[in-house]
Amino acid sequence: MSSQTSLTAAEVEHLARLARMSLTDEELTRYAGQLDQILHAVDRVGEVAVDEVPPMSHPQPLVNVWRADVVTPGLTADDVLAGAPAAEDERFRVPRILDGE
Amino acid sequence: MSATTGAMHLTRRSATELATAIAAGEVTAREVTDEHLARIDAVDGSIHAFLHVDYEGARAQADAVDAKRAAGGPLGPLAGVPVALKDVFTQKGVPTTAGSRILEGWRPPYDSTVVSRLRDADCVILGKTNMDEFAMGSSTEHSGYGPTHNPWDTDRIPGGSGGGSAAAVAAFEAPLAIGTDTGGSIRQPASVTGTVGVKPTYGGVSRFGLIALASSLDQAGPCARSVMDAALLHQALAGHDPKDSTSLDLEVPDVVAAAKRADVRGMRIGLVSQLSGDGYQPGVRQRFDEAVEILTNLGAEPVEVSCPNFEYALAAYYLILPSEASSNLARFDGMRFGIRVGDDGDANVEEVMSATRAAGFGDEVKRRIMLGTYALSSGYYDAYYGQAQKVRTLIARDFDAAFSEVDVLLSPTAPTTAFKLGEKLDDPLAMYLNDVATIPVNLAGNAAMSLPIGLAPEDGLPVGLQIMAPSMADDRLYNVGAALETALRDKWGHLLIEEAPAL
Repeated sequence: MSSQTSLTAAEVEHLARLARMSLTDEELTRYAGQLDQILHAVDRVGEVAVDEVPPMSHPQPLVNVWRADVVTPGLTADDVLAGAPAAEDERFRVPRILDGE
Repeated sequence: MSATTGAMHLTRRSATELATAIAAGEVTAREVTDEHLARIDAVDGSIHAFLHVDYEGARAQADAVDAKRAAGGPLGPLAGVPVALKDVFTQKGVPTTAGSRILEGWRPPYDSTVVSRLRDADCVILGKTNMDEFAMGSSTEHSGYGPTHNPWDTDRIPGGSGGGSAAAVAAFEAPLAIGTDTGGSIRQPASVTGTVGVKPTYGGVSRFGLIALASSLDQAGPCARSVMDAALLHQALAGHDPKDSTSLDLEVPDVVAAAKRADVRGMRIGLVSQLSGDGYQPGVRQRFDEAVEILTNLGAEPVEVSCPNFEYALAAYYLILPSEASSNLARFDGMRFGIRVGDDGDANVEEVMSATRAAGFGDEVKRRIMLGTYALSSGYYDAYYGQAQKVRTLIARDFDAAFSEVDVLLSPTAPTTAFKLGEKLDDPLAMYLNDVATIPVNLAGNAAMSLPIGLAPEDGLPVGLQIMAPSMADDRLYNVGAALETALRDKWGHLLIEEAPAL
């Protein structure tokens, strides 16, 4: 177990980058202390002996669900784009996805 | 009925009474709706239970019910009864934020199944209630739009995340409300506001159109002032929905019949030793012990039960929930709905996404997203998320073992009564401890109810009792809850909520 975790502001910044959130230095420092405290608390799961115990991802057994192949009405493009921050030519307009020229 | 004499009267009636009066033509749905809207106007400035009041929509729904009745059409079981809807459910054309600034201004293009079921029952949806952002919290202080205040003491928290729904019901702004419960967000607010709240069996109520926090834990359910009112709403909401792949295709237990039965003779009620003791406020323990005595006098047999792995439930939950949440909340990327920040024509998509999420999410959401990102990252996955999933199995096995000996389990719903606004805001771990007794049920997926059992002598604030039942035995909650409620009502001469201060 990774019992003696101690999160640094740099590690929090890495997590924030993975989660696509640009945080301020003040936030990074504050969250580092709080996340550290929470991680120490949740570390307790490591005290339980779980050899031979299957993991549980869901309260009920998940089964594949089929439905009849029948056409049902969906949303129109106008309906969907009405809530978009930016739209153009019946599509979501997004910022550029490539860098450089 | 005139508006002046009717105002107090109609807002203080139960959902059951209102439905009967409307069906009998003693009062119109429009009058009932108008009185509740007037009550919201009068008191919500000090409570802030609502993020949006849908005056026009509510009146149109009420008029439609009256027209349907006039035409002699069949009416739904809750025809004309107003309901407050937690802002985590989509309702077509009505602002839906999940308490987050990132969704500010979004009007969904479709109805959640919960909303469809309310429409089928001919309910009137008054508006959207306040909540902790994306249902992360136990006080509503993490709402992006300011906290809700507890009607019993406006300096105190109404619980969370569904504090708005519980406060709306407790403040007589609505006879019924819808909540969602991922770790206690229906039950803990019910406990601290002196109201009734039920988390149905996982899969009992459709999650379609419910903005997801943790998909394996989230469950919608009823908030009300009495057990019977909760049962009527539960019955209207529950049942299989092909739009939710985790919706159970099973017969819904008859919760209304169970609430009428109210008979605990011969039932074995388990007292969970891990959910008692020093962490619980003395007045909470006292009222809990008295409630157990009442049930015993009514013919139930109390049994001490041990669920040893419950001690690890909080730790497992705060790994599983953030893991699922960090994944679910990836969809809020500023591209398809809600706000977008920093799109200056120069910034690339990743920069805009990061700026939008930084501006749109509050502290608690950011913390939990990072916690989940950490728990799921390679090198930590087995020790954290994987280990928590195994502990979850052990907690479910504890329930199975307990329910092989007893019919229901009891505990206090929350360790304390309502605390002061601001008291735990900067201490996430202290906030998490509010849900220590409610979390095991979410992990295992079974059903539970909180109902009021009195005021704590030391602070005069409501105390809640939690009843836990096996999966798909939701009816037992209503049977036991109604028996206890009836005995307490006989003792006090009224429901506890009648003692709440006038606003």
